[in-house]
Amino acid sequence: MLRISADKLDSLFEAIAAKQALYIPADREDGEAEYKKYVSGMKLTSRLNTLRSAKDFFFPQTEDIVEFRMDGKKIEVNDIRKECEDFVIFGVRACDARSFTILDKVYLVDPVDSFYKNRRDHGTVVTMACSRPAETCFCQTFGIDPTAPEGDCACWKAGNYYYFKANTEKGQVFIDSIAGLLEEGDTAELDSTVARTREIMKKLPLANLSTENFGGDKLNEYFNSDKWAELSESCLGCGTCTFVCPTCQCYDIKDFNTGNGIKRYRCWDSCMYSDFTKMAHGNPRLTQLERFRQRFMHKLVYFPANNNGEFGCVGCGRCLSKCPISMNIVKVMKALEDK
Amino acid sequence: MNNDTLIPYVGVVTDIRIDTPDVKTFRVEAPEGGKLFEHMPGQCAMLSIPGVGEAMFSITSSPTNKEFMEFSIKKCGCLTEWLHAMEVGQMITVRGPYGNAFPVETELKGKDLLFIAGGIGLAPLRSVINYVRDKRENYGDIQIIYGSRSKDDLVDYQEILNEWMTDDGVEVDLTIDNAQEGWDGHVGFVPNYVKELDPSINKTVLICGPPIMIKFTLAGLKELGFKETQVYTTMELRMKCGVGKCGRCNIGNKYVCKDGPVFRFDQLGELPDEY
Repeated sequence: MLRISADKLDSLFEAIAAKQALYIPADREDGEAEYKKYVSGMKLTSRLNTLRSAKDFFFPQTEDIVEFRMDGKKIEVNDIRKECEDFVIFGVRACDARSFTILDKVYLVDPVDSFYKNRRDHGTVVTMACSRPAETCFCQTFGIDPTAPEGDCACWKAGNYYYFKANTEKGQVFIDSIAGLLEEGDTAELDSTVARTREIMKKLPLANLSTENFGGDKLNEYFNSDKWAELSESCLGCGTCTFVCPTCQCYDIKDFNTGNGIKRYRCWDSCMYSDFTKMAHGNPRLTQLERFRQRFMHKLVYFPANNNGEFGCVGCGRCLSKCPISMNIVKVMKALEDK
Repeated sequence: MNNDTLIPYVGVVTDIRIDTPDVKTFRVEAPEGGKLFEHMPGQCAMLSIPGVGEAMFSITSSPTNKEFMEFSIKKCGCLTEWLHAMEVGQMITVRGPYGNAFPVETELKGKDLLFIAGGIGLAPLRSVINYVRDKRENYGDIQIIYGSRSKDDLVDYQEILNEWMTDDGVEVDLTIDNAQEGWDGHVGFVPNYVKELDPSINKTVLICGPPIMIKFTLAGLKELGFKETQVYTTMELRMKCGVGKCGRCNIGNKYVCKDGPVFRFDQLGELPDEY
């Protein structure tokens, strides 16, 4: 298998960054990790995952859509879209990699979202297998294997080496582009690392969390459950879960007067917010119970109903560690199941 | 790059009709004349004044109108206030058409049709009414039961009097909530009027109006013997994208903008009661 020794990782990053923008998960001053554009000397974080998911690369928090020039009664529409430049995201975890295929099921189905597709077409996803999954991890619940991540090209760190394997054509192009830096090597150390990780996975606190009681046919079973009242009681409606979630994809469209015309942009939105469904004549989701229920029903019932049973969650665990009232999808699943 | 549905067309408002104290009907054409796009009855479009907002409105004109599109809009919020302040010649942005349509070429074909509308709820039904009037040979009898708060609040009143009421095979039954001078027609709420008129249960029903009117009318229709599979309505929820991606109009596994806005009541019954 093709590999590179860990002390040459910097030269690998230099070689990639010389051709296109490279983003890697790096440490922030506050101890969290986030994707940063690579500059010489930047180091990969030692943290398991980034605070924010990798969805920003394809579905940024805010994005300009179109501009208008207003002149009296006249309006001129300016299509400001530009072909995006090629880029590489290095070090995406298996959970976030799966989230891209979930977002694809929303944004690449007819009518294709050209803004999303543009970024997706130009981005190469290099994933990084996990060797030390956290207590909040439950990607296995959704059939994700963190020791064999998806993405265009998968990478494993084992011992003193980084190993590479292409999953897609784009991934093969990536490997070909760095082939000069890679060498063939045996995989003994990699195999033992993967075996060790699999043992750790079996012992994770959420290892036995199952989706068997959820899916597209569970609407009537759960929608009117009396559990929602207690589960949602303390929800602040802050939307943190939505913003750190790699699969949450709802957006708002807003206009901004630049003083030199109108800029129309879209930005992340949350079904947890009170004005999400508010109309001139009223709001069909009046209380936090309904808004809270919508978020979880969508991930556990509605999304699978429309997508051959695939759930709208990848078990990254971000909501488990970030919700200010410690509410999360795992608690919701357990409560709903407990009849 | 391919066209993106989020990037709108520009339309010109070429006529503004004052329907009621709070409803105006706007005629919209492409800057070079003609329609911006074709649609089917029941479909909607996103109208916007850039810098103010964008919202979904039903296209009230019939597709058989080859010259322009019309939108009947009630003043009830920020964007609609601005729309009502427009003058002829003003440009707006338009994108669409969005959503499904009333099944005028399939399930409704050959049927006797009963339209029931309340207030501005006539706007989406007017598209269907004028479509079936223009293709009269494809449909059976047409009955229209329409009510509003007062005579002044009846949308499209002149068209109802001069065109619909003078058509053969079209029965129009109007009602207003409270008696007023100059009105010798029926007085009372729509749900009760429907029961009084006791329409034949062979008719296929298309209903649109305030939620409370729909609720009581549907209950009355069921008492008369109508089945949910015979009754269609069109829904309204907050929308942003119009193509089932922004998530706003999601109910159960449906997106009202894309899978609706037209639903049969038996289909609605399968969705959570969140509208």
